Amino acid sequence: MTTSNTSPDIDLDNTTRTELERAGVIVSKVDYLYNWARGGSVWPLTFGLACCAIEMIASATSRFDISRFGSEVFRPTPRQADLMIVSGTVTKKMAPQVVRIFNQMPEPKWVIAMGACAISGGPFKQGYNVLKGIDRYIPVDVYLPGCPPRPEAVLQSLNYLQEKIRTQDIKSDPAFTKGRRQYTVPEFTGKDLEPPYNPDVWQPPTNPNVKPLEEATA
Amino acid sequence: MSSPTATAPNYELIQQDGLETSLLEVSMGPHHPSTHGVFRMDVKLDGETVVDLQPVFGYLHRNHEKLAENMSYLASMPFTDRLDYFNSMTNNWAYALAAEKLVEIEVPERAEYLRVIMAELTRLVNHISLVGFFINDLGALGTPLLYAFREREKIMDLFEQASGARMMCNYFRFGGLRNDVPEGWLDRTREVVDRFPDFLDEYEKLLCENEIILSRTQGVGCLSRDLAISAGITGPMLRASGVNYDIRKVDQYGIYNRFKFRVPYTDDDVGDCYDRFMIRMLEMRESIEILKQALRDIPGGDIIGKAPKIFKPKPAEAYARVEGPKGELGFYLIADGTPKPYRYRVRPPSLINLTVLRDMCLSQKIADAVVILGSIDIVLGEVDR
Repeated sequence: MTTSNTSPDIDLDNTTRTELERAGVIVSKVDYLYNWARGGSVWPLTFGLACCAIEMIASATSRFDISRFGSEVFRPTPRQADLMIVSGTVTKKMAPQVVRIFNQMPEPKWVIAMGACAISGGPFKQGYNVLKGIDRYIPVDVYLPGCPPRPEAVLQSLNYLQEKIRTQDIKSDPAFTKGRRQYTVPEFTGKDLEPPYNPDVWQPPTNPNVKPLEEATA
Repeated sequence: MSSPTATAPNYELIQQDGLETSLLEVSMGPHHPSTHGVFRMDVKLDGETVVDLQPVFGYLHRNHEKLAENMSYLASMPFTDRLDYFNSMTNNWAYALAAEKLVEIEVPERAEYLRVIMAELTRLVNHISLVGFFINDLGALGTPLLYAFREREKIMDLFEQASGARMMCNYFRFGGLRNDVPEGWLDRTREVVDRFPDFLDEYEKLLCENEIILSRTQGVGCLSRDLAISAGITGPMLRASGVNYDIRKVDQYGIYNRFKFRVPYTDDDVGDCYDRFMIRMLEMRESIEILKQALRDIPGGDIIGKAPKIFKPKPAEAYARVEGPKGELGFYLIADGTPKPYRYRVRPPSLINLTVLRDMCLSQKIADAVVILGSIDIVLGEVDR
């Protein structure tokens, strides 16, 4: 690591830079250095829900080798993990546990919604027992489509996440300023999950062409 | 759900000098690295000994049967892939067989051979992955699983070349297959099949006489022959308990009567975890034998028979079963004359093999309960459907 690539946007003339380097000093921004280190060591949670979990495991094995991107340390406990890969169908029985596990992860934490089921319910969307997307309860950073996505796609989604991590600002990012964020854990009430979604992270889509009911009847 | 045959041993808690002890209740799962998905075991422990165990499942109930009753027959085919996501090809086959019973369709020769080849490749994938996960549960984190997945990838490539998808193949159709295999596919398969025994030799050398594996699995999780039969256990687990029963031999569905292969089973009444592990290792050898014969004899020709354009069977019932890698996988269909099935029922081998979990775990150690669960070979997509 040299100063020229640790501080791409710091205005330093070349002589000062080389002199500093000779003296063993590297000039960098805290944000840059922190995000560089953080993005290169994202530890995922060993969290398999359904079919996609097998492709997640495949991405960790020798052919695809997720350790090239620094994420080979799959942790079984949420308390040591940075990244939750929601790999598979989230049912209404499982959704409370998913949110609870996410709440237990320390900050900063990220979520990849892997596969069509985790994004929207996928092929099982019409089922009475399937949650129509995990983004109703927890904030999703990267959506990874596919049924199931290929292991290469898992690696690409990790690259996208690293790009996102590189843009984080430590001073203003809620992950660093608000302490450990807690999300509402839904409860299964026999008929449906209560609440049906967390309004802080997800709102039902609105169609601008359709007038609200009150306006239409008035 | 608990099995009706076993009862927890009578139990007295130690009470002395004003010291009161009680049983420890542990809930393992649904997020637990060794429960093979989202499965929970409510375990009652005396120290380390399992006194009671209740399996809790339903965390992956995806309404497979209900969805299938609301769509046309063929539209359920991709959903069967997602039942037991290691073995999409055998799931496809069982469903296609059931539908072919409703409307009599002749399957061409080439398609029958390709079906056998796909099913046996699937069996190899399932068994190597299972052994990898099983050893993983024993505590050998990583290495055996990496070896297994290295071999799995070779077969995944073959599936991808044939069907376009690695895992969710959706390759079978009523009366045959969706498309013929590409040029050169059979040669590549021959190469993979010829090299597979080398891997098995290496794997067996590493694992089968490993002292830790022997001491962790022998005499652990015994399942007697009588209990296995009365609980409806099928597949490698039944054969490990000493019953010679293989649907490939009993029903001879497809063209299995043309192949020469042996069915490995134990001749004693022990049925412990080691037996279940070894049966799978031996079955892979026999699958290779079948594959070699099928690849030698495969003829040319059509790959799909004369299936009706709109699949609309007359009111009838049909049950078809195959020897899946996990056991007897059956599909039961009731047709009512419409393009949708009136009833669609799956007989999942994973769920029925899981019912004896409590019997096998009682009075074992908690660490062994994980090993026993691993040796049953469940996939939650099929248990919960």
